[in-house]
Amino acid sequence: MKERLEQIKAEAIRQINESEALDKLNDVRVSFLGKKGELTTVLKGMKDVAPEDRPKVGQLVNEARAEIERVLDEARTNMERKLREARMKAEVIDVTLPAQKNSVGHRHPNTIALEEVERIFIGMGYEVVEGPEVEKDYYNFEALNIPADHPAKDEQDTFYINRDILLRTQTSGVQVHEMEKGRLPIRMIAPGRVFRADEVDATHSPSFHQIEGLVIDRNITFADLKGTLAEFARELFGEETKVKFRPHHFPFTEPSAEMDVSCFKCGGSGCRFCKGEGWIEILGCGMVHPKVLKMCNIDPEEYTGFAFGVGLERIALLKYEIDDMRLLYENDIRFLKQF
Amino acid sequence: MNTSLSWIKAYVPELSCGDKEYCDAMTLSGTKVEGYTRLDKNLEKIVVGHIEKIERHPDADKLIVCQVNVGTQTVQIVTGAQNLKEGDYVPTVLDGGRVAGGHDGGPLPENGIKIKAGKLRGVESAGMMCAIEELGSSRELYPEAPEDGVYVFQKPVTPGADAVEALGLRDTVVEYEVTSNRVDCYSILGIAREAAATFRKPFLPPVVAVKGNDEDVRDFISVEIKDRDLCTRFCARVCKNIKIAPSPEWMQRRLASCGIRPINNLVDITNYVMMEYGQPMHAYDLKNVAGNKIIVRRAKDGDTFQTLDGQVRKLDSEMLMICDAEKEIGLAGIMGGENSKITEDVQTVLFEAATFNGANIRKSSKRVGLRTEASGIFEKGLDPRNAEEAINRACQLIEELGCGEVVGGIVDVKEPFAPLKEIPFEPERINKFLGTEIPKEEMLEIFKRLELAYDEHTNIITAPSFRQDIECFADIAEEVARFYGYDKIPTTLPTGEATTGKMSFKLRVEEKARDIAEYCGFSQGMCYSFESPKVFDKLMIPADSPLRQTVTIANPLGEDFSIMRTISLNGILTSLASNYNRRNKNVRLYELGNIYIPKSLPVTDYPDERMQFTLGMYGEGDFFTMKGVVEEFLESIGMTKKITYDPNAEKTFLHPGRQALIQYKEVVIGYLGEIHPEVTDNYGIDTKVYVAVLDMPAVLPFASFDRKYEGIAKYPAVSRDISMVVPKKILVGDIEKVIEQRGGKILEEYQLFDLYEGSQIKSGYKSVAYSITFRAKDRTLEESDVSGAMKKILNGLEGLGIELRA
Repeated sequence: MKERLEQIKAEAIRQINESEALDKLNDVRVSFLGKKGELTTVLKGMKDVAPEDRPKVGQLVNEARAEIERVLDEARTNMERKLREARMKAEVIDVTLPAQKNSVGHRHPNTIALEEVERIFIGMGYEVVEGPEVEKDYYNFEALNIPADHPAKDEQDTFYINRDILLRTQTSGVQVHEMEKGRLPIRMIAPGRVFRADEVDATHSPSFHQIEGLVIDRNITFADLKGTLAEFARELFGEETKVKFRPHHFPFTEPSAEMDVSCFKCGGSGCRFCKGEGWIEILGCGMVHPKVLKMCNIDPEEYTGFAFGVGLERIALLKYEIDDMRLLYENDIRFLKQF
Repeated sequence: MNTSLSWIKAYVPELSCGDKEYCDAMTLSGTKVEGYTRLDKNLEKIVVGHIEKIERHPDADKLIVCQVNVGTQTVQIVTGAQNLKEGDYVPTVLDGGRVAGGHDGGPLPENGIKIKAGKLRGVESAGMMCAIEELGSSRELYPEAPEDGVYVFQKPVTPGADAVEALGLRDTVVEYEVTSNRVDCYSILGIAREAAATFRKPFLPPVVAVKGNDEDVRDFISVEIKDRDLCTRFCARVCKNIKIAPSPEWMQRRLASCGIRPINNLVDITNYVMMEYGQPMHAYDLKNVAGNKIIVRRAKDGDTFQTLDGQVRKLDSEMLMICDAEKEIGLAGIMGGENSKITEDVQTVLFEAATFNGANIRKSSKRVGLRTEASGIFEKGLDPRNAEEAINRACQLIEELGCGEVVGGIVDVKEPFAPLKEIPFEPERINKFLGTEIPKEEMLEIFKRLELAYDEHTNIITAPSFRQDIECFADIAEEVARFYGYDKIPTTLPTGEATTGKMSFKLRVEEKARDIAEYCGFSQGMCYSFESPKVFDKLMIPADSPLRQTVTIANPLGEDFSIMRTISLNGILTSLASNYNRRNKNVRLYELGNIYIPKSLPVTDYPDERMQFTLGMYGEGDFFTMKGVVEEFLESIGMTKKITYDPNAEKTFLHPGRQALIQYKEVVIGYLGEIHPEVTDNYGIDTKVYVAVLDMPAVLPFASFDRKYEGIAKYPAVSRDISMVVPKKILVGDIEKVIEQRGGKILEEYQLFDLYEGSQIKSGYKSVAYSITFRAKDRTLEESDVSGAMKKILNGLEGLGIELRA
């Protein structure tokens, strides 16, 4: 019996080694291990074996079976590996062929710049709010300490709808709307479209965007204004950016300032980009004028605050080195695709 | 405002800094310098030459050969100038020197022009005698210079002396941007005062003293102000025996540095005082002042008046006039009259230095269409205290320049001056406001430099009258800040209650719109809010459409920018058209921008500003591509219920058979379609254009970013396919409505998988096939559940006249 099993085993291994394809291997499995296979036949013959020998014989049969299965598995694994390798060899591609891109659209550079600014200020706890583009004279001028006969009203080349209603020339009116809500403290930025009667050219557009900022709280100082905007400039233009505050005048802030940033092209040594100055003017700002606070029913003895206004196009043009403002409103796909 | 640095230094004699240092420091203390120009830029080796001999050039008719004494030697110079004679003193550039520009007065080259000795038509020439243009200036500023030729000094100058110095060009012209609140700085004295404070040097304004004769001005003139609301002060003085002549060179040079053309001593004096004191003046020929009387009053509606530029101006009753006993002789604060202007034969002059209502001057100047140097200053609102000093200064100059004899006394009619502004001194509050720790003494020292008076007993700061901008605590804090130095103020971040950074829900939805549009291949455009009323015709919008009711700009840049848009399509179509013209293929654009719907006309209140999400495309893709973008977006903002489409959108600008209103829960939230071919023609686009417009205020109430997990189905689904023959006029949307209404709770989804129109199907019909899927959440469906639901659906479809195919 033992010899018989050895014979079967040897024959099985021989047939396995001769097999060249997976289906042949399967045939071997069936002819030796299947229901009618040789080993199975041996097992069926157990009834003729003396009962005391049965465990021994059973063990021998199981060992033979395990051995055949092991060799079979090994052969199958080898064969499958070879097949996979052959297939992969046939599947070699030219990886330098062109990519198939999904034609994803592009954000407008203004929006990219705006989102950058929003991200910075949201991180500092500011809320992004909006105000009307068609605005009342009161909010655009009067409540900002620009009374009816103020020369600053002329400087802004306002588009009027009628005597009381106009296209806002600045986002500063949103300051007033927010303060009038009577919820303090305020930390807000208000991006939006503004309008001035400028003819279209490389540096002017009758419609452009500003981002207004306003902080009102107890104990807000001019030093806070400086610190906040310096932080903003570093976030926007890079860690190395330096800022310079120059005194200026806006009717709705006092003291007022303009902020320059060190040229982010040359780092401040002076280049064509900053016209040799080393500095680039970026925004106007100041401490909210007590008259403005009072008009919004905020007590200037108790509360102080600062405000600032940034030209969005100015940031976009500078950051992306766009040399003609008209490109921003032509919507040529070859332009937009670059952002 | 432009002025020479030397004029400033005349009043701050200890000021001794370089140009750049001066400009930087002034900017940082609040007097912004826009730029500066050295007048001697590129002027090298230019000396005074004395022409000793002139001979004809042997070989050229138009050239002369000059022997020029340049101090150390006599050189030979050949020139084509026609205005020279022996004995003339001329600016002469020596061999190796440099001039600023050409004699034609064109733009100056950055590095000037180098001059070398050479030969002209065979004759040696060792340099060049200069025209005023070659020295970088003009006849406007040097009226004595010849129109075409070499500049000749009016008086003998030592040969070899620095000609640039002799011409007054060793100077720097500084351009200031004066802010509208600092009226006092529209004057040399104002800027000099700031310069003195900035550099901590003494400020020495002119000492004004007029001798005057024994006569009394009141015998020459009387003044009556009728409209005192518009004229708060009128000072008048008289000068007789006037001798008109050129003003001295120093005065001419100073005026020229401000860009004012020197004319004669009398005119120059009034301009000089205007620049020096910031107080415009006017001079009348007294013989033309009827009745020796000045009356200041409003004009009458419809009157006309000839200003001294010869123009006839139309007046109205809000314009202030200077009149004599009979007639109007000046448009107050703007320009004098032709009838009283100074001529060469003037004998006696009446000087006026007045203070007018700034706003009134500004408005009058606008209405009359005439803005002058004087009106530009008056409209800022002047300090009435300044007028007397200024008129006296003018009279002093008359005396000093020997221009005439000043009559004794002054006629001064004025309203009581407004009291000086008094502000309590609160050093702690200033420091708390600025975030600084500036000692009180340092603040007081700053006040002193700025002529802000401080009374220790009352603790009150009194602002000088010329500082009309100083009114309150914050103004005082600003003075401290700018002279302490903005750069020295620390940088801190606000403390106090923490706030949450956030964005409104509307803005978040808009951000999602941008994301989805871009995923779908659309790039963001930006279009103007105002456009032409012709747009409505271009879009074939009916004449009676409410869209034509617009918010209209009263003073637009032109008709093309005159109405606020009530429909967003023109912007996107114009952008697509310009891409199409530039042969850009497959263009997809979107825009997020407002339309403006008036609530009533005429506009009395805020219009309804409605954010529109507009998509437009040509090239690859069709109606259903656009529909897909719309649905992607709506799904992304939580609008997962059925979106329906009504083909009866009645949009005249869309293809009548390819348009639909977009509806959600029976509310119209937008429309989409193919642009009507006539409209694409109007825009010059020769291909199909598809658009979709979502009205964001209509979308927002349905939008939500809340999500709830619903569980993944545990029980198997059952699908049934149905195939139908459907009358063409029935929309698949109608079929879907039936499936939805009749499918019951177990209906999971349905999918159109075949649509066929053609020869296999009888005419007027189409073949439509759906796969319908059922599933229950809590059990495996029985055959009877599904067949029951299907039966209901099929009955419903048959009710529409639909035949089922086997």
